[in-house]
Amino acid sequence: MNNKTIKILHLYSNDMNIYGDYGNVLTLKRRLEWYGYTPKVIEYNQGDKFPDEVDIIVGGGGQDSGQDKIQSDLLRIKHHLQKMADNGAPMLVICGLYQLFGNFFKTNDNKIIKGIEIFDIETYAKSERLIGNIIVNSKQFGDIIGYENHSGQTFLGHNVLALGAVRLGAGNNSEDISEGARYKNVIGSYLHGSLLPKNPEITDFLIEKAIINKYGEFKKNKVIDDSLVESARKTALKRPR
Amino acid sequence: MSKQLITILGKSVKNIAKLRGGGSALPGLVVEHLDPNFIKHTLATLPLGVVVISGTNGKTTTTKMVVELLQDQGLKVFTNKTGSNFSRGVAAALLGDIDIHGRLHADIAVLELDEAHAINFVDRIPPRFSLILNVMRDQLDRFGEINHTTNLLRHIANSTTEKVVLNREDPRVAGIALSLDDKKVHLFGLDDKLLSVFPSDDNLHTKVIKKRIVTKADVILSKFKTNSATFLIDGKEVKTDLKLTGIYNVFNAAAALTLVKVILGNKLDQSKLIETLSQITPAFGRGEILILDKQPIELVLVKNPSGFRLGLKSFNPLGYSTMIAINDNYADGRDMSWLWDVDFSSLKKLGVTQISGIRAYDMALRLQYDEVPIKYINPNLKKAIKHFIAVSPNQPKRIYCTYTAMITIRRILNKFTNVEAIK
Repeated sequence: MNNKTIKILHLYSNDMNIYGDYGNVLTLKRRLEWYGYTPKVIEYNQGDKFPDEVDIIVGGGGQDSGQDKIQSDLLRIKHHLQKMADNGAPMLVICGLYQLFGNFFKTNDNKIIKGIEIFDIETYAKSERLIGNIIVNSKQFGDIIGYENHSGQTFLGHNVLALGAVRLGAGNNSEDISEGARYKNVIGSYLHGSLLPKNPEITDFLIEKAIINKYGEFKKNKVIDDSLVESARKTALKRPR
Repeated sequence: MSKQLITILGKSVKNIAKLRGGGSALPGLVVEHLDPNFIKHTLATLPLGVVVISGTNGKTTTTKMVVELLQDQGLKVFTNKTGSNFSRGVAAALLGDIDIHGRLHADIAVLELDEAHAINFVDRIPPRFSLILNVMRDQLDRFGEINHTTNLLRHIANSTTEKVVLNREDPRVAGIALSLDDKKVHLFGLDDKLLSVFPSDDNLHTKVIKKRIVTKADVILSKFKTNSATFLIDGKEVKTDLKLTGIYNVFNAAAALTLVKVILGNKLDQSKLIETLSQITPAFGRGEILILDKQPIELVLVKNPSGFRLGLKSFNPLGYSTMIAINDNYADGRDMSWLWDVDFSSLKKLGVTQISGIRAYDMALRLQYDEVPIKYINPNLKKAIKHFIAVSPNQPKRIYCTYTAMITIRRILNKFTNVEAIK
């Protein structure tokens, strides 16, 4: 291991960690180690001072109650996150935080929860819950495999690209075939599973961007044995919704 | 249609279903269709009424404990022991126990109900007593969110006519007490020193232990070792030996003791109660031990992150050969995310001998990221079990398995050793 460190910020680790999203943090941490870097995971929760020199940001989904708790704090640190996103920092936000990285979330009783406007997206609470295995195809990452479980439905605006197109499942909403959103190196998605362990292409994309941003070039000291993930992906592609 | 005719019809379907080796719920379905009030009318005749046990983890073993404790206190107990915990399973169990006139010869019914299906049940048949064990992230693809599950359980508590027993240490369950009349509520809990050993769903990823919502408790588990435990019952210390394995089962014993105390009131024979408890064995697949070639094989059912973590904490891997079998059938939950909420580092030193099940490679991938060594992977359960037994002779074995994997494993092991078949 070299002493080149990469700081991973786990956004709202106490309240936004449902459905195994911790697996995303662990996957980044291990692959960084296996590539010979020194990862450092920082947990950020409401009220904390926003740390300096963060290289990757990861955030997950939560209960509706968890979302309520973090919302005002998220608006408080909005400018930090926006600035980092504009400067090309890699980020991954899943489900609940994906929604709040957008323009707004409109609840069942027509309350508007403001987001931090990194993605030009709008989300509406619906009665139908979109649940099941999901496969999404992206030009950049190939087949993205995961599991979705959400009742908010997200619609993309004009200034945002989808992460990919749904092959099995629902994705952003039950009306079009888009799933997730992209802004520079920020990825938003509904996919749990956890997402990163079964989609190492995305993990390595986030890692590469972080290392290039910080150290100028990415040198893999080691090739990772991904035979287990290949088998796990093969099985997952065959499972029913 | 007359009750007698329905009873005869239902019993016939049950016998035919048994001959075909079919599922336990079909006869119940037939009877419920013929007479939707069949369960209600039959249970209404019981002098001590109906007890409902629900929660996400440990229902089956807790129900078994409560039934055996009540029986040893001299009661005749009706229960849905086939593990069919939906209302048609209750109807099917009733069919086996009633006489030809449709009468149930029992003092009390103790029913394990699945949290989603309990709602319909309690709306039709309000229980006299209920016990709510816990809310852990379990098959969330079935229920949506954990707070929704809490609401289902709160509904059971609200429908209960006399007493509700709640887990003081699970904030969602204890919170139910706030919407109930204080006199209706009884609690079981843990000594502060044991709190960190039994994480609730809220502290999966944080070590901060939140303040309790309510503080009183009828029964507290104060100490436990591998084969013994100390309870504080109404403040008095009671020590007992146990045949139950797994610390979650021991905590559920505190729940069972509280419930039985509440049901029997001053008619309780406490020394008898503790004597019975010391002899109770866990329900199938809940830490049960089978013997093969003079070596134990332990089956540990895992179905959600908290349960898996408790299992890993309960059982020391030292000296054991370990297997993990993960299926993703409907009854297991289709989502594999939960495996990422379990910390497997306790297996790092000794490694895992065999991985199997439909999602064997998801499990293997999970272990790779905790840097746990793996010897063999084979998704085919039959081949994997045979191999696992062959490569670890003269060694105790332990199998962590999801629900449908456990059913298959028991069927396979039945060919090698005397295993009680699941009806």
